[in-house]
Amino acid sequence: MELIWKSLPRLFDGALLTVEITAVSVALGLLAAVPLALLRLSHNPFLRLPVYAYIFYFRGTPFIVQLFLIYYGSGQFRDTLESVGLWIFFREAYFCAVLTLTLNTAAYTAEIFRGAIQGVPFGEIEAARACGMSRGLLYRRIILPKALRLALPAYSNEVVFLLQTTSIVSIIALLDLTGVARVIIARSFEPYKLFLTAAVFYLVMTYGVLYIFKKVEFWLSGHLRERPDDSVKAAALR
Amino acid sequence: MFDLKGYGWMLWDGVQLTIAVAVCAMAVALLLGLIGAWGKLSSAPATRLAAETYTTVIRGVPELILILIVYYGVPTLIQDVAATMGFDIFVDFNSFIAGFLTIGFVYGAFATEVFRGAYQAVPRGQIEAAYAIGMSRILMARRILLPQMWRFALPGLGNVWMVLIKATALISVIQLPELMRNTDIAARAVRQPFTFFFAASLIYLAITVVSMVVQQRGEVWANRGVRRS
Repeated sequence: MELIWKSLPRLFDGALLTVEITAVSVALGLLAAVPLALLRLSHNPFLRLPVYAYIFYFRGTPFIVQLFLIYYGSGQFRDTLESVGLWIFFREAYFCAVLTLTLNTAAYTAEIFRGAIQGVPFGEIEAARACGMSRGLLYRRIILPKALRLALPAYSNEVVFLLQTTSIVSIIALLDLTGVARVIIARSFEPYKLFLTAAVFYLVMTYGVLYIFKKVEFWLSGHLRERPDDSVKAAALR
Repeated sequence: MFDLKGYGWMLWDGVQLTIAVAVCAMAVALLLGLIGAWGKLSSAPATRLAAETYTTVIRGVPELILILIVYYGVPTLIQDVAATMGFDIFVDFNSFIAGFLTIGFVYGAFATEVFRGAYQAVPRGQIEAAYAIGMSRILMARRILLPQMWRFALPGLGNVWMVLIKATALISVIQLPELMRNTDIAARAVRQPFTFFFAASLIYLAITVVSMVVQQRGEVWANRGVRRS
């Protein structure tokens, strides 16, 4: 028990790195996912097929293989990367971890958005066109805001999966929550106590993320809820 | 090309072990999923709470942590408990068994939700009708409930299988010589990590494609009795 107590500050530091990596990858992945989803729905096969292949590859292979492919695999092209000045990035475990997580989550998120964009009722698109909206305005005002709302439940799951996937970056020696736990265990030989503590940390973070998404969902669905009953308040005031 | 500098056989050995682990894990997941769904739908509060805790905890903790807990944590826990009772024993887990049990345990939680949804998708009237014509509980489950549950559960179970087969790559951290672990060893020996990990990723991709085809066939088969417009 004392060991857990003493390790708490370091585990907390690890948890901060976990949150940081997750937040950076989620933000970058989200930025990439919207254009990817639009390209995936393009009628031009030269735009659609490469994006389809990318999404298929990253959804069809394990994350750990992708991580090793980028982190260790880049070493095979060290000379080329050095000559273009990119090696200073690829030799950093942090950079490779964030890059792989971003590529991975962008593929999953793009697929979620594709479904959501296709889920926008056609009548709304037709109505916008009838009002004379241009394509850009139609996407900005009608399709994307509606799709974002439709995508939210599936997207919250994706963020939770990403948060848990970040534990794998401890294998390339990053000191995230899992990494810190493994380092302390290597010295203290108390595996179950520290792994269980780390598990509790993850549990709290997961349900924290889900709580935030629940709030966002509530905030975005105001138009779907019933109007608060004014007559009750009026009666109370009278 | 498929020779991979003489290390191709190593990847092939790994593939076989990966599939073996995945099949065993899926069997565990299906079993736990059925038990979990039964628990969640049970009228006894204690069973419901147990099933609810199971799915809540599993979905909140990464698989890697759970694999490490089972493989490194449980043996030491048993040793510590034995030590307090005055026994000095040494427990060591087989990484194959620890691996498939953990993966099965994790995906059992996901299968639980799939089975629960499938049970709720069977129209209540049919179950009532079965009891009304005098079927026993078991006969009702066998003739009415299970044949239709499979139909509703199949898409969800297909997804569970496809996530599960990718999760088996994590068992490489407990040194089980499955595809990922063997690829790692070969890549280090030949010093061509990109070539080897890319080859491994294509093998995982191939397994996913085959699974998708089988799933589609299975769904057509399960829905052969459904009228379509």
